[in-house]
Amino acid sequence: MSTVTHMSRISRAKPKLELDPIVIRKARSLARKAGAPVVKLSRTHTTVSVERAVLRLAGLSGADHDGVPWVNHLVDAVRGEVGLEHGVTTPVFDALRRGEAPDLLTLAQKSAAGSVSFRLPQGRESTAAQSLALRSVKPGMARIDKNRATRDRLIKRHGDPKQRPWIYLIVATGDIYEDIPQAQTAAREGADIIAVIRSTGQSLLDFVPEGATREGYAGTYATQENFRLMRAALDEVSKELGRYIRLVNYASGLCMPEIATMAGLERLDMMLNDSMYGILFRDINPIRTFVDQRFSRQIHARAGIIINTGEDNYLTTADAVDAAHTVTVSQLMNEYFAKEAGLQDWQLGLGHAFEINPDIPDSFRMELAQALLARQLFPNAPLKWMPPTKHMTGDVFRGYLLDGFFNLVGAMTGQDILLVGMMTEAVVTPFLSDRDLALQNVRYVINAAGNLSEDFHPPRDGFIQTRARQVLSEAVDLLERIVDDRGEPGSVPLLRAIGDGTFGLMKRPADAGKGLDGVVKRAPGYDNPATTLLATTLLEGGDTK
Amino acid sequence: MRKTSDIIRPYGDTTGDGMVQVSFTLPMPHDKLAEGAALQLAAKMGLAPAMLVHAKAMGPDFTFFVVYGSATHLVDLRDVVVIEREFPMLSAKDVNATIKKRLRRKLVVVGACIGTDAHTVGIDAILNIKGFAGEKGLEYYSEITVVNCGAQVLVPELVARARAEKADAVLVSQVVTQKDAHIRNTMTMSAAFREAYPAGKVPLLVVGGPRFEQGLAARLGVDRIFGKGTTPGEVASYLVHAMAQTGATTKEQTR
Repeated sequence: MSTVTHMSRISRAKPKLELDPIVIRKARSLARKAGAPVVKLSRTHTTVSVERAVLRLAGLSGADHDGVPWVNHLVDAVRGEVGLEHGVTTPVFDALRRGEAPDLLTLAQKSAAGSVSFRLPQGRESTAAQSLALRSVKPGMARIDKNRATRDRLIKRHGDPKQRPWIYLIVATGDIYEDIPQAQTAAREGADIIAVIRSTGQSLLDFVPEGATREGYAGTYATQENFRLMRAALDEVSKELGRYIRLVNYASGLCMPEIATMAGLERLDMMLNDSMYGILFRDINPIRTFVDQRFSRQIHARAGIIINTGEDNYLTTADAVDAAHTVTVSQLMNEYFAKEAGLQDWQLGLGHAFEINPDIPDSFRMELAQALLARQLFPNAPLKWMPPTKHMTGDVFRGYLLDGFFNLVGAMTGQDILLVGMMTEAVVTPFLSDRDLALQNVRYVINAAGNLSEDFHPPRDGFIQTRARQVLSEAVDLLERIVDDRGEPGSVPLLRAIGDGTFGLMKRPADAGKGLDGVVKRAPGYDNPATTLLATTLLEGGDTK
Repeated sequence: MRKTSDIIRPYGDTTGDGMVQVSFTLPMPHDKLAEGAALQLAAKMGLAPAMLVHAKAMGPDFTFFVVYGSATHLVDLRDVVVIEREFPMLSAKDVNATIKKRLRRKLVVVGACIGTDAHTVGIDAILNIKGFAGEKGLEYYSEITVVNCGAQVLVPELVARARAEKADAVLVSQVVTQKDAHIRNTMTMSAAFREAYPAGKVPLLVVGGPRFEQGLAARLGVDRIFGKGTTPGEVASYLVHAMAQTGATTKEQTR
């Protein structure tokens, strides 16, 4: 059993809110109803990025002199000749069997030059190609499994953080060689989790950059080599501190499945992975997102990675009081999609944020109500609690106080992952001293009030209980509206809701958005050796942790 | 109201005390030497007398200081130069309200990266709801309809799209500057729009990119250039301002 779950249970012995269990069950069943048609869609489609991820698992990496990855070349070549409807691996491994090239890399290089011909093998030849594909993907999967075991061993050796919530800090210089000492310093100052924020715009690149990178816009590119370098640096500092420092990156955007795969291959510990963020905030095609996401989450499940969802984003665009229930709806949807993909409760870092306008009366009480609601709806999920950003004005002194209240809600309501708020939010990239002050703020609050949850029981039918119930019932209403909106037969209600602008005010129709041309409907003979292997874990996996 | 004097000093709790408070970090361990160094810096910043009220080690290599002191500098208000933006900054709410009032329909913005440029970072920062620098992108504005054509859009395509959408403004982002590609692309684009539209009906043409010289707008045939660090709010405020100047019509324009 993971420590998160274990510790969470202690502090959550007695529920603080009296929520109607029937309403909670109804909310979950509605989420299932809304999500199931989307899952069906994910099972009947593939994408260029899913196919590239499979090739990465089979060991294909690197890029040409223009930085175009070999996996992109190979997938494009196969698509051009025989299409991706049957999956990329069958034609690729058939070509290897026919002796078109001695290995994947050479095949990719030749395909980039247009000197390989692909075909869809039939009958026995098809079976042979598929079994070669399965054999070739196994070592990649084994490496992911081995990394998971290594993580468990290192956590045992070095230990988990002593306090809860775990302290999550962001570094982002654009240069991986600058990020490394900053991350190590942050860990020494008390961070338990280091997130390397990505370069602006990476989510819209339809390829993953290669190698160690030293230039990024407001962040550092997610590359496999950067992952490896940072994980090694954090292993070093974990040993020094006697505490396993976790590493976070972003499995989002057009290359979500590939980045998830790299995270498994390089032992990242947490990945940002939201079910609808890319659709709503990056205008990525909804079907592309859901297909990519299911594969990513299957990989995360296998790799023992904790996902972090992005509900905080809703509140930066919509009003945090009026739209509070959209956060709950999104958490329920994220939970459904995650569990369907094989993730377990301890892997669900469902997100929410302290974004209510501090000028309105009772804002703190409403924050408490919302945080307790999330805590109680998802008692065994490591909830991620996100600091104020929208109402940080540049008045750093006021911001520091607001962050203190944010920390207090986190401590009082048993949040598990606390993203440290910076008083310089929206002003500058945090100074060394801003980070130090922010950590002092967190430590003071946890130390002074961390056990307050023992004494704090909002009275029955008081303001907090009533507010929480109201948000939950609005969430149920919204889910009902989504599910009941029937439309023409065969249409997917959740996709229609997204197209109508139900979430975060954005309208995102299913037949538009970036990456749509990378979506392919699977043919009956579709084969994906990675999915085959992942599905076996789902059956056998059970309670591996 | 301005005080009678043009010469002022900072105000702590008494007129003329000059008191300010600063905090900073020095890259050295916390000891007597570090405290002396902090006071020396304060003196060089013009604080006399300076009081070191707080010093704290941040790890073995850094020390954080808070210093209070009286600034010896005077401010002469007559020497203050204020560079005015040609348009006022409006909140999202005001932008929406102004559009509603003036146009009585949504303002249509078509955006793209043109030529071979695949860097959508800039245009996405301005258009996507995610936004930039803590500000939401134009998609967030309820009274603005955003059509983001993405990267590597051909000029004729962009013109056609702008016409089809009845665009009020066209936003073009140019990051790549090899062999002045950004200049050439922009000039091609503005010429194409002037050719395709009757005089006076051309949508507002706005380009953005890190390497455009300010003051080049007329030569490039565009209405406005935005440089590095531009936020969506600035662009929205500009569009509203420019719309008022050009007298965009409330009727569906017939193009």
